[in-house]
Amino acid sequence: MNTTILLFLLQDGVTNGAIYALLGLALVLVFAVTRVILIPQGEFITYGALTYATLSTGGVPGTAGLALVMGIVAFGFDLFAMRKAFHGGKLLRAALVDIVFPAIVFALAMTLAPHKPGVAVSIALSLAIVAAIGLFLYRIAFQPLAHTSVLVLLIASVGCHLALQGFGLVFFGAEGLRGPSLSDASLNLGQLMFTGQSLAVYGITVALMLALWLFFGFTRFGKALRATAVNRLGARLVGIRTSLSGQIAFLLASVIGAISGILIVPITTLYYDTGFLIGLKGFVAAIIGGLISYPLTAVAAIVVGIVESFSSFYASNYKEVIVFTLILPVLVLRSLAAPAVEEEKD
Amino acid sequence: MTRLLPVVVFTVVMAALPLIPGMPPFWIVLLDNIGLAALVAMGLVLLTGVGGLTSFGQAAFVGFGAYTTAYLTTVYGLSPWLTLPASLIVAGLAAVVLGLMTVRLSGHYLPLGTIAWGIALFYLFSKLDFLGRNDGISRVPPLSVGSVQMYDPSTIYFVIWAMVIISALLTMNLLDSRVGRAIRALRRGHVAAEAFGVQTARSKLLVFIYAAVLAGLSGWLYAHFQRNVNPTPFGPQAGIEYLFIAVVGGAGYVWGGVLGAAIVVILKEVLQSYLPLLFGGQGQLEIIVFGILLVILLQLAPAGVWPWLSGLIPLKLRRSHASSAEALPPRARVASSSGPLLKVDRARKQFGGVVAVNDVSFEVNAAEVVALIGPNGAGKSTTFNLITGILTTTGGRIEVHGQPVDNTPPQEVVKLGIARTFQHVKLVPDMTVLENVAIGAHLRGRSGALGSMLRLDRADEAKLLAEAAKQIERVGLGAEIDQLAGSLSLGQQRIVEIARALCADPELLMLDEPAAGLRHMEKQRLAALLRQLRDGGMSVLLVEHDMGFVMDLADRIVVLDFGTRIAEGTPAAIKTNPEVIKAYLGALA
Repeated sequence: MNTTILLFLLQDGVTNGAIYALLGLALVLVFAVTRVILIPQGEFITYGALTYATLSTGGVPGTAGLALVMGIVAFGFDLFAMRKAFHGGKLLRAALVDIVFPAIVFALAMTLAPHKPGVAVSIALSLAIVAAIGLFLYRIAFQPLAHTSVLVLLIASVGCHLALQGFGLVFFGAEGLRGPSLSDASLNLGQLMFTGQSLAVYGITVALMLALWLFFGFTRFGKALRATAVNRLGARLVGIRTSLSGQIAFLLASVIGAISGILIVPITTLYYDTGFLIGLKGFVAAIIGGLISYPLTAVAAIVVGIVESFSSFYASNYKEVIVFTLILPVLVLRSLAAPAVEEEKD
Repeated sequence: MTRLLPVVVFTVVMAALPLIPGMPPFWIVLLDNIGLAALVAMGLVLLTGVGGLTSFGQAAFVGFGAYTTAYLTTVYGLSPWLTLPASLIVAGLAAVVLGLMTVRLSGHYLPLGTIAWGIALFYLFSKLDFLGRNDGISRVPPLSVGSVQMYDPSTIYFVIWAMVIISALLTMNLLDSRVGRAIRALRRGHVAAEAFGVQTARSKLLVFIYAAVLAGLSGWLYAHFQRNVNPTPFGPQAGIEYLFIAVVGGAGYVWGGVLGAAIVVILKEVLQSYLPLLFGGQGQLEIIVFGILLVILLQLAPAGVWPWLSGLIPLKLRRSHASSAEALPPRARVASSSGPLLKVDRARKQFGGVVAVNDVSFEVNAAEVVALIGPNGAGKSTTFNLITGILTTTGGRIEVHGQPVDNTPPQEVVKLGIARTFQHVKLVPDMTVLENVAIGAHLRGRSGALGSMLRLDRADEAKLLAEAAKQIERVGLGAEIDQLAGSLSLGQQRIVEIARALCADPELLMLDEPAAGLRHMEKQRLAALLRQLRDGGMSVLLVEHDMGFVMDLADRIVVLDFGTRIAEGTPAAIKTNPEVIKAYLGALA
């Protein structure tokens, strides 16, 4: 192996790893706050990517309609929850979030899409659409199950993944799509060439991590989320609305997923079901990070990306085998290092 | 035999189904598929619902079973009946290797770990040349008995469902036994079970292997039913599907696995065949509807359909406890009256910079009640955990009959005749009082998993249950013997814990705040019981905050404050000790 290949593989690995890191962070966030292992994260990726790709070719993505329908269902859930204690302000808020917001996004998508909006507008619309889907997904599927066991939440999560993936096929077809890159600039550094796209991946990953750090460290909502993660009951007792925390967590996760998708789709063709495998690799990183530590997850994600790019070079047949086997020794080490503490389950 | 009656009815119905004239052959295929899925789901019921170990990887074990028989029958031309044990053994061995890693994982690492190796194995199946890569192995021979070749779905039907029913019986037998109680205690954490000698790691590995062997059996049947094997049905999606079959049916119930398989297989079939008629053949509508129905079902019945159904039919089978089983042999007592029963010599425990137990020394002699008192945070419960091996000491010595027990595992400590209760009650709430108490006698039974499955354990089991019933009567909870432990009041649950500890036939009974939550009369009854035990030769070490209770009962009192022993003596001496008064009431009192 010469240095060029080595550097190229490293660069490739770091680029992929940066995206896995974002996904890993989102998974950690959602698990910590809601105890949901977010398998539909893969769908947020594909929805973000394919919505963006569809918009930039002038089509109206089906996801915009899905967001509106889910909003209406979520409004129904909110109304049902209010049947015993009606509250005008709450109703207004629910109507604004559940109906008006997706309706505006839907209208914008309908009117703007045929004019082939620029990259910035397409991205903004895609993010809004996927954010709405993520938010309503929590409201509809998970909020009514918030009190149940991790296992039940996990199965519900699988159900959501299946349904959303099926919708993905309906909306985007079985053909793969590719989106326009964010920037055509490139930068040469010695033997390495950095495309504008890969620089955007690094920049956005670092910026998002910084933003998350600021959010959790210095804002009221961020602290409320952390409190919910530590102890739901305790958080409720001091007046934190844990259902709101869950909604925010899902909102953040879906936005992060969509951003990752938009970052990937100019690099590789994405299909309606590609997200699942990408999301799982984010998982691997999140597990290595122990589902608790953000910095560790980020480092682990980079390692996963690098291992993946090297094994696809040396043993491309066994790439997935190697990546997914990677976490077993880590899991065993983690379990040995922290012997089982007594958990009061259920 | 009333226990078996529903199973017999079910067997007759299942045997009669394919004989109904005009039964569409397609329905038989569906029933075959249900049976195959039910076998895997049954293993998951034991693993996930009962043992609390969530596995997404069961499809991989189905793959091990299917590929083993496909390879051996096509390459070496072996008879499928010869490859049956091979399939089961390969699945079992794979489970041993993966299980040794996996069952060590705690909490949510475990399901995630199973996803990881499930995916890795799926890719391995589809990349290995000798397994035919993505194309798999075709032309697998059918099962045959004599000259009857089972090409037809309605003949292999009988083999599949015979296997399902036999497996269900074996599984139910296993759960209703000494080994089964150890498995059922796993989901609620390890500490209590280990304190009574259960090797929890071994129990976990056992259920893991058991579930894998059932999956391997399903794979073996699958290979000879489909007659070709490729990687797709053994991938992560299938693993996820098996898990939700178990959850939909009711993950804690053997028949929930069968019911869940029926619901999921039929639902998928109905959706696949009728949805395109309604909406045209666009996309994967059935997957969408399936996913949505699943979420709705979970929101309506989070515990699964089986418990919801059986709640509709109130059918309570009461056990008879009038057992004529002979008593368990008592422990061989160490006759020597030379030394103390328990000797704690400068025991020390540090958590980082915090010294929780600071060189504490005391002794407990035979037939003596010693109380360990002190303000909150004095290190009393930590001392208990040091003696019973739940925590390791940082320094000092702890001896039982002169034999060092510090840093020995809890399972060994209980063998020396030390049984305890817990400050925070650790019972299995969905097991009856009788079953909970019988865990205490775990080490006094012998029968293993295989014997229990074949019901060879009945004599042994009757003795254990008779002992448990005796101890429950002794503590005065005879009326509650068939109640679920979780339905009792907290005070009664503490008493159940005492009965469980007594079941271990201890020489030293260690009680952590036994009187908390008891009413006045109950406390008096408890005190009477403890006196009676002492008069019978048992020693009692107790932690208690109720001073009236302690002063009346204890022969000697050891007072701890901030991890240090500040006083020791008779109740009368302790009452007037200025150090003790200072610790409890402050310096100015």
